[in-house]
Amino acid sequence: MARPVYESGLERAWRITYLTICGLIFFFLIAPIIVIIPLSFNATPYFTFTKEMLSLDPSGYSLRWYDNLFNSGEWTRSIQNSFFIAIVSSIIATALGTLAALGLSRREMPARALITAFLISPMIVPLIITAAALFAFYARLNLSQTYFSIIMSHVVLGAPFVVITVTAALSGFDNQLIRASQSLGANQATTFFKVILPLLTPGIVAGALFAFITSLDEVVVVLFLAGPRQVPMTVQMFGSLREEISPTILALATILVCLSILLLSFMEMMRRRTEKLRSGG
Amino acid sequence: MTDAAAVPGAVAAQDPSGPLTTADGKPLKQALRKANAKARRNALLLVLPLFAFLLITYTIPIVQMMTRSVSNPEVAEYLPNTAAAIADWDGSDLPSEDVYAAMVADLNAGGRSTIGRVAARLNAELAGVRSTMMGAMRDSDEFQAPYKDALLADDDDWADPRLWKLIQRESRTLTPAYYLRALDYEYDENGDIVRRPEYLQVYTQTFWQTAWMSGLITIITILLGYPVAHLLATLPPARANLLMILVLLPFWTSLLVRTSAWIVLLQQEGVINDVLVLLHIVDEDGRIRMIYNRIGTIVAMTHILLPFMILPLYSVMKTIPPSLTRAARSMGATPLRAHLTVYMPLTVPGLAAGVLLVFILAIGYYITPALVGGESGIFISNLIADRMTGSLAQLRLALALATILLVGVLVLYWLFNKLVGVDRLKFG
Repeated sequence: MARPVYESGLERAWRITYLTICGLIFFFLIAPIIVIIPLSFNATPYFTFTKEMLSLDPSGYSLRWYDNLFNSGEWTRSIQNSFFIAIVSSIIATALGTLAALGLSRREMPARALITAFLISPMIVPLIITAAALFAFYARLNLSQTYFSIIMSHVVLGAPFVVITVTAALSGFDNQLIRASQSLGANQATTFFKVILPLLTPGIVAGALFAFITSLDEVVVVLFLAGPRQVPMTVQMFGSLREEISPTILALATILVCLSILLLSFMEMMRRRTEKLRSGG
Repeated sequence: MTDAAAVPGAVAAQDPSGPLTTADGKPLKQALRKANAKARRNALLLVLPLFAFLLITYTIPIVQMMTRSVSNPEVAEYLPNTAAAIADWDGSDLPSEDVYAAMVADLNAGGRSTIGRVAARLNAELAGVRSTMMGAMRDSDEFQAPYKDALLADDDDWADPRLWKLIQRESRTLTPAYYLRALDYEYDENGDIVRRPEYLQVYTQTFWQTAWMSGLITIITILLGYPVAHLLATLPPARANLLMILVLLPFWTSLLVRTSAWIVLLQQEGVINDVLVLLHIVDEDGRIRMIYNRIGTIVAMTHILLPFMILPLYSVMKTIPPSLTRAARSMGATPLRAHLTVYMPLTVPGLAAGVLLVFILAIGYYITPALVGGESGIFISNLIADRMTGSLAQLRLALALATILLVGVLVLYWLFNKLVGVDRLKFG
């Protein structure tokens, strides 16, 4: 907000009020996420700041919840489950989604709008409806409580994100590059792997990350599909938030916040890289 | 497209007497059509794997959900003779001997588990049917003609016309019963559709609560999101990008993490109450109950959905040139007037996108209301989830509720597409 020289006293007062209000809203957005970080180092099994913590006494802090997180069978197994499900399902979703996006971006694609709407529909339908439908479906096939049903469901939920990000990457694609490559004697495969794919990589990686995070964060569908052996960390967290509330959750939450910070920086890096490639720099 | 359109023109201009041909002598039009068909096929082949995958693992389950929410196979399947015999009964007095004979034949033919399933299905509608049927099944091999008297002697409930009316009604393989229940209607003892007693009208109440709470959350996100989006859109890019992190970080953080953060903050022994006590705003006994009720759901969901309001607003506001407001002011408009009559109308597309996005997401929320909503702050999703793991009848009711919610979302989504266009959806 540039400050014009002709600003009157009233306008100045309004501008300060406005900035204060915005500051408070930013505080509202970010404070809840920040507050859990120190609390995860709490030495007592409560969700509040103790006197020792407030006076920065080292005895008020401890790593016991992190220790609990990584040394209890339940939690470590659930983290492994989550990563296993997320990795497998995001690989499948990325492959299927990238192919579909390549098809959708062809000029000759018939009924594009309709097919796109169908392919991204799992993203729009509320998760509880998807969960109800998939639960009834797999239970009837006696496939609920298997990794198979969970991974298939997460491919369904993750693929739309891949379709959208890769289609977006393709929309800025300069088709002359393909002609240039072909005129220089490259065949279709060489053109695809040496020209198209490298330019699409940021879009594909972003899509894969979306699919990965969607699976890692997903609670509703797995809540109904996972048996005792497949419990992922989200379901474990959901259960312990409902029953015994222990700061172990906050330790995991802190790690997940760090993961999202990493991811956010990575996405920003990819975005800058694409911009640079596009502008020909 | 443009190439194909250009060809006939080219033909007319170059050679009016005969069609153009390719180098190997085929008519150009035909060769082009062939090439186009091949390109179309290739494009479709690329889409096919995901399309087929979704068809099997997503569309079929959704369609099955819809059909199962009206399915009622038990009576027709496990009491086939009775279902056929009772179809012509006019409903007056008691059914004829044929129907009773058919019932005995069915009881004899059915095993414990199949008759048990029918009995359970019927018992859900009329209490006492289970024991009547199971009792008759145990004695059924001793029954002699006339079967009407034999059954009446076994249990005088067989003389109850309500039982036979129920069997006649439930022998239809499609039933609206679960939808009636989902909208708080039911069949009374005579088979008429009536509203359920008021204290049992949990579903319409919850649908209504889902709608108004989602509406309220949407309004709060507008009030909080509009100024922030405006600030982000008008700041110099370097500073705006920095502040954008404060919007994107919550957006990218797991839903469960944000919900647990609000549990930490809002609990009676939580951070906000501690601060209030410390500042002597409330005393130790007066800690405010802000969670496990509607307040908890509204606060946590507003926080979670706020980025979905800010991001579309921001992307529209960024395209509005600041010179427009300046022009209005230079022509004598007050800052307020310039803002209301010039700037705000231009932000409407972003606002519409944000409103529909937040509202559509809100009405389907399950996790957050389940964790911080207690008993009063729940959404329809919570009832769907509760019913899903119950009996078969409860599962079908859950599927009916889910189908109603799905129709609601699709209508809103259609509106969204009409007003805003799905292509404008962006993430981060």
